[in-house]
Amino acid sequence: MSLNVEHHAARRALPSEKPLRLLDNAGHAVTGAATGGFSLPDTETLLDLYRKMVVARRFDVQVTALTKQGRLATYPSAYGQEACEIGAVSAISADDWLFPTYRESVALLTRGIDPGDILKSFRGDWHSGYDQRSHRTSTQTTPLATQALHAVGLAHAARLRHDPIVALTFLGDGATSEGDAHEAFNFAAVWQTPTVFIVQNNQFAISVPLARQTHAATLADKAVGYGMPGFHVDGNDVAAMYAVTRAAVDRARAGGGPTLIEGLTYRIEAHTNSDDPTRYRPARDVEHWKRRDPIERLEKYLVSEGALTEATRSEITDAAEALAAHTRDVITTESELDPLELFDHVYARPRRALLEQRARLEAELAEAARNPR
Amino acid sequence: MTATKTRTGADAASAPTELTMAGALNAALRDAMAEDDRVVVYGEDVGPLGGVFRVTDGLQERFGDERIWDSPLAESGIVGTAIGMAIYGMRPVVEMQFDAFSYPAFEQIVSHVAKMRNRTKGRVSLPLVVRIPCAGAIGGVEHHSDSSESYWASTPGLTVVMPSNPADAYSMLREAIESDDPVIFMEPKSRYWAKAPLALPVTTAPMDRALVVREGSDVTLIGYGPTVRTALEAADAAAEEGLSIEVVDLRSLSPFDDETVSASVRKTSRAAVIHEAAQFGGFGAEVAARVTERNFYHLAAPVLRITGFDIPYPSPKLEEYHLPTADRVLAALETWEWELA
Ligand SMILES: Cc1ncc(C[n+]2csc(CCOP(=O)(O)OP(=O)(O)O)c2C)c(N)n1
Ligand SMILES: [Mg+2]
Repeated sequence: MSLNVEHHAARRALPSEKPLRLLDNAGHAVTGAATGGFSLPDTETLLDLYRKMVVARRFDVQVTALTKQGRLATYPSAYGQEACEIGAVSAISADDWLFPTYRESVALLTRGIDPGDILKSFRGDWHSGYDQRSHRTSTQTTPLATQALHAVGLAHAARLRHDPIVALTFLGDGATSEGDAHEAFNFAAVWQTPTVFIVQNNQFAISVPLARQTHAATLADKAVGYGMPGFHVDGNDVAAMYAVTRAAVDRARAGGGPTLIEGLTYRIEAHTNSDDPTRYRPARDVEHWKRRDPIERLEKYLVSEGALTEATRSEITDAAEALAAHTRDVITTESELDPLELFDHVYARPRRALLEQRARLEAELAEAARNPR
Repeated sequence: MTATKTRTGADAASAPTELTMAGALNAALRDAMAEDDRVVVYGEDVGPLGGVFRVTDGLQERFGDERIWDSPLAESGIVGTAIGMAIYGMRPVVEMQFDAFSYPAFEQIVSHVAKMRNRTKGRVSLPLVVRIPCAGAIGGVEHHSDSSESYWASTPGLTVVMPSNPADAYSMLREAIESDDPVIFMEPKSRYWAKAPLALPVTTAPMDRALVVREGSDVTLIGYGPTVRTALEAADAAAEEGLSIEVVDLRSLSPFDDETVSASVRKTSRAAVIHEAAQFGGFGAEVAARVTERNFYHLAAPVLRITGFDIPYPSPKLEEYHLPTADRVLAALETWEWELA
């Protein structure tokens, strides 16, 4: 491999303005040009995606409820965005790396991270609560689009090491306006890194609609200017999200470079629990998108194919309820926090100033324990 | 602290040769790259050109473009991707072309480089180095002479160092690259061409230590990077007047070597800190506060700050009026009430 400076990509066609789709809203398999040449994943894969989405939805609803009870400091819901997140994240393997934002809690859940560990940050225990290395999942990043560059850097390092690793990162529609998004797209394309960018276009950045972020026909159009393929996908069609991401991941792994995939979806819930969406969008819009529910869509298809038996359905419901119960348990259990740990991870090499400050806090705590107010 | 490991120098010359600071930095990169293939170098113009200050001269020819390469021109992108590379186990050394051009990377440095280790409870540390040519006195047009050190030094999670001479430049850059903590490595532009005889690989004091570079008994002058020379010049001139000045080269701004600084101040009972950056909220305020908090009853006079004015960095023909000079240092010392025994 060489970072060949003479190389230029062939000029790419703009993505279709109609979202690429494999299952329509009625749960019928789509044929023809709208599929973009992608084919429907097999039934086993679709059943697996269905199960993950149902479990994720139950988790999300449970956490929103717990947040309303004041058990969490904040929670950015992914209600309605399950297909986008789960379709994409299911297309990478356990050895690949994920660079998520605050929005992707259900993608983390799908990746096998325990709800208690995912929620440590949102309940205020620590800024990130899971083992980033064993899950090969970086922290849920808040500064918008910054994580996309981390994904590009990691992918580049893997490529230099000749490891067949792909880095997948999520960013929001609003985040595509940030400079770091552009720098990430450009670096990835110039270096031809194995990176897959999933732009979750849920049509809002807090209160600001997409039209105030971009004048482009689709966010996927942006890929063309960087010399990489872009796909404008129905983000509520998990089959399409999975198929397109899977192809991008395979291509990246084979040395074919980065891909930008825009999943067109909708944020059904508020931005976070502290947001009031009635100030910026009419309820009928939300109702319109609720009728485009990603889980119902796949369910209709699976039922029509006779692939979703009552037994399977109730088994999935049980799994979802068990996870919700586990989530309630971990959240209603008091966190065990050690204030002295505040000093322990700032530097690899211990610093005298921090050790002194730690000792001061320790003395304060001991004093408070002796003389409770 | 940790024992310094033996460093190999790929082109180790037993006899000392004259090296500039830029040359010493180049040798440090070369030797670190030869010793550890996780060390990669990238930035703007660092490849065939060898960097605008020639610090990476010849390295691409030697190591190839998978070890050192020109990245797209975007500082946030450079630091942001270095974070990802470090997560994967590389030891990236990235170059910001000038300190005023590091500002696009401010978010990545402050929000991630500084915080990742803490956020992940030590599971993800970022062994990366951001090299920043810093400060002025090179006749540069606007944006080529800023002093950005206090932004970095006031950010918990960063290690911020600034060598003042070729030997430290070599040794401290090697140590910065070996460090598991991310290091902001500031290189005073006006000292790039300063020469010293060096036998490589040279190991000076650990980079977190300040050094007394000239002994004296009446005053402690505290400088770092370009102002160490200013302090030494002032000490020479003062010696002719019978005033004995001790000069401390901080070398590291974060962590801060209180021990060495306080020991010197307790000996002399008078201290002044010199830097090019503006005074207001500058690093000298931290130095003065620390010195005072720890040594108040040993001080015979208030701690002085001799710094640039509180103005944007001037244009080339006016910068001489802005920069702290030896004369200005001596004039400042005269403002103290002296009752020399
Ligand atoms: C650099 C930066 N600026 C501002 C914010 C505050 N902020 C948090 S979320 C958000 C909206 C992001 O919208 P989008 O990228 O579409 O993601 P979504 O929340 O819809 O998933 C804003 C402005 C931030 N986190 N980071
Ligand atoms: Mg959005």
